[in-house]
Amino acid sequence: MAVFGLAIGTVIGLLMAFLRSYAPAPVRFLVTAYVEIIRNVPLLLIIFLLYFGLPQAFPRGSSGREWVLRILPDGERTFIVALAIYAGAYLTEIFTAGILSVAKRYLEAGRAIGLTRFGLARYVTMPIMLRAVLPSLSNTFISLFKDTSIAVSIAVPELTWAARKISTDYFRVIEAWIAAGLLYLVTCYAIAFVLRFLERRIKWTV
Amino acid sequence: MQVVWDNAHLMWNGLRVTLELSIVIIALSTFFGFLVGVGLTYGNVVIRFLLRVYVDTIRGLPLLVLIFLIFYGLPALKIQIGGWHLDTNLGRFETATLAFTLFASAQVGEIVRGSLGSIPTGQTEAARALGMTFWPRLGYILLPQAVPSMLPPWTNIAAELVKGTSLVTLVSMSDLLFSTRKIAERTGEMIPLYLAAAVVYFVICFTISRTGAWLGHRFETGTVR
Repeated sequence: MAVFGLAIGTVIGLLMAFLRSYAPAPVRFLVTAYVEIIRNVPLLLIIFLLYFGLPQAFPRGSSGREWVLRILPDGERTFIVALAIYAGAYLTEIFTAGILSVAKRYLEAGRAIGLTRFGLARYVTMPIMLRAVLPSLSNTFISLFKDTSIAVSIAVPELTWAARKISTDYFRVIEAWIAAGLLYLVTCYAIAFVLRFLERRIKWTV
Repeated sequence: MQVVWDNAHLMWNGLRVTLELSIVIIALSTFFGFLVGVGLTYGNVVIRFLLRVYVDTIRGLPLLVLIFLIFYGLPALKIQIGGWHLDTNLGRFETATLAFTLFASAQVGEIVRGSLGSIPTGQTEAARALGMTFWPRLGYILLPQAVPSMLPPWTNIAAELVKGTSLVTLVSMSDLLFSTRKIAERTGEMIPLYLAAAVVYFVICFTISRTGAWLGHRFETGTVR
């Protein structure tokens, strides 16, 4: 769930960041509005809006409702979309900072060898930016991964949900929650470890 | 849209709880966060180790798991102190405050540690040369230089805390989101109500983050040459 949500979110984030840097002013404003709005609203509220609000927007029997139910049949899918939207906003910030941090001389060098704007973005900006943003990217990925525990609010069978079920079914409250906490901890450390390893391997000194 | 105005007083009650919770948590966690940060930077090995374990554990857990752990786990603890049973069944508000303060103090502690670490060591040496002991040094020299660099991330955390208080909905505490949800389920008008709640959250958090950006500009310290 985290993987899908974050993958889609990364795509959104990259797209928006490039839009924000290179697109005309109205588009930039829209992107900034999207980022600011999503970042200042709790994830839980976004989930509720999507999960409860969308079915209400398309009354029963309408063609829209069929589409909504086809794309977002259950809580898990809805949560992935919500997480993708949320992640996209945060990642746009990070990628924008990354794009701005690319030194001008690289862009000029790219222009000098005849790269178009797209080529420039693809061959010069992206590699440099990706290496530069890796630390804050990994931080954000970890915290977004932890946010998947919120999916329990729309009855997605998630780790937190399982812990709650165990604690209420068997009354082993503390063991259940400490076990869940340990699992999260271990996973976060594992992700951090992998990302740190990646950082070291493709370390770029500008 | 009419339904929003009809039930505005209920949402206002929820908003009051959210604001109370947020303010208390921000105040408490700033205070404890300072202690954590100072301890992490200047403590002896034992203190540093304990605080490191605390901070890393808290930052590896989702906020929701922490909330559930404290909400459901704390009353389940049966602490006996010499035959006298310690009643760990706190009220709802206090439990939420405890959970969030634990979470936020770790974050603030990290910020404080970063800011304190960025002060050139020459300052500490000069203060020591003037005969200052630890606490005066901290209060008069180090903290005033650390605070400007702390302000933007701190306002970030404050905004995140306000958004995080929405999670208490999942333990049935009557904050803004919970009230909105109850009204929405009662009336069936989901979108207007949730959008209204979103607007309220947006206004609050946007104000906080803009204030943070303004503060960051206002207290911007140039680089030391």
